[in-house]
Amino acid sequence: MCGIVGLFLKDKSLEPKLGELLSAMLITMTDRGPDSAGIAIYGDAVDGQTKLTVQSDNAAKDFASLSKDLSEAIGASVSLQANDTHAVILLDGPKAGAARQALAELRPEIRVMSDGDAIEIYKEVGLPKDVTERFNLAGMRGSHGIGHTRMATESAVTTEGAHPFSTGADQCLVHNGSLSNHNVLRRKLMREGVQIGSMNDTEVGAAYLTWKMQNGASLGEALESSLEDLDGFFTFVVGTKDGFGVVRDPIACKPAVMAETEQYVAFGSEYRALVDLPGIDNARVWEPEPATVYFWSH
Amino acid sequence: MQSYDVAADGLRGLNATLQAQKQETNQTRWEVVNPKGSHAIAVGLDAPIDVTVKGSTGYYCAGMNKQATVRVEGSVGPGVAENMMSGTVIVDGDASQYAGATGHGGLLVIKGNASSRCGISMKGIDIVVHGNIGHMSAFMAQAGNLVVCGDAGDALGDSLYEAKLFVRGSVKSLGADCIEKEMRPEHLETLGDLLSRAGSDARAEDFRRYGSARELYNFDIDNAAAY
Repeated sequence: MCGIVGLFLKDKSLEPKLGELLSAMLITMTDRGPDSAGIAIYGDAVDGQTKLTVQSDNAAKDFASLSKDLSEAIGASVSLQANDTHAVILLDGPKAGAARQALAELRPEIRVMSDGDAIEIYKEVGLPKDVTERFNLAGMRGSHGIGHTRMATESAVTTEGAHPFSTGADQCLVHNGSLSNHNVLRRKLMREGVQIGSMNDTEVGAAYLTWKMQNGASLGEALESSLEDLDGFFTFVVGTKDGFGVVRDPIACKPAVMAETEQYVAFGSEYRALVDLPGIDNARVWEPEPATVYFWSH
Repeated sequence: MQSYDVAADGLRGLNATLQAQKQETNQTRWEVVNPKGSHAIAVGLDAPIDVTVKGSTGYYCAGMNKQATVRVEGSVGPGVAENMMSGTVIVDGDASQYAGATGHGGLLVIKGNASSRCGISMKGIDIVVHGNIGHMSAFMAQAGNLVVCGDAGDALGDSLYEAKLFVRGSVKSLGADCIEKEMRPEHLETLGDLLSRAGSDARAEDFRRYGSARELYNFDIDNAAAY
């Protein structure tokens, strides 16, 4: 199963409430995915600065002097905001590559969840309610976000197996379904030099999109070609710096409902996830077509 | 009119209350408020009662219905009126996938569009969709009538048995062993009756009929090499 929610705000006055609305949507999808939960939230970007969201199973130890160590390693100032097992590291944009390299040497146990100007990804094992509470997701603001509740089928219930998956700077992917050709595709991508950390099928889907885009495809083109190259069931929702996209496989077994008002565009695996959004009774509600790429952006 | 608030009194209580209505019940009219997309609303009913759901529902609304009339003033999730035996289910909005799947009897009316696999494996139910239907509709449909006032998606009537399909608009593609068939007077009569019962003002003469070519019923020796 798995549950997906997404909310893209058109009305800026709702931005302080993004985390609250999205958390409630995520918790409603608990019975589609009680194993782990995650959220990608696009908050205020700071000019010239990049955010790395990192995760550690030993956060207290790993984060303790990290900003100082990292700052010395890259020769630039770094700030770190810890949030439970995650931390957002803010640094000068051009230093992002060097910082990721230094991070791998300084704290090899740390996982980079996302990087980009606006994106932050938080995900952990546990019930969606517990995950949203430990990160205080309800208190976060932003312009858009996507969330996922996982019922694991293809690989273990771990933090790495939780969604969203980063697919590049300011981009992420969540998935409902299962890919049946992920082993073949993983081997192919690894031969191409793409790093894939887990045995999870969705990570292969994410790596595939990243690889396509590194080879010149736009996100829309990469999604179009996923319809050809990925075998299995999928409803994908992708997040980008200024919007989000939706694509379903041609068979379209995995459910999807969308709603649009003057204030927002919302996505839910089920209509239940959308019922408490403001003005939902007068929203245009529809089911996205199979094998069709949808995009909304600011 | 009896009213039941799903948000306040719970889904299990709703179905227990509606299922407890006997043939001769005096409480024949029911209103269900705050459905909030819940699954399995008004399922397994077996009495001549009238139930109006004030809002949209999730999976399996009005499943296994017998005798009752269920109207949804909103849209429905996957599997509305699944395995319906008799009675009437009317959806004012859209229906998600496999509407009316495996239905044995009764009438399902969808005022909006129905998505993929509408009427899959239908076994005698009549389905009237005022809008369009999605791909793989009436897959392995055995008996009954599927009426579509709009367009049909890919692979309509794939591996069809004896259900009759009527489409007014375009058909993106026909599935294996589904062909267009002659519209005879008895079909026009059936279709006209279904359209009028479903509250549609479409004219039966504007529809085309599709049915089984019956070529998959028996093994064809020329295909032996394919196995």
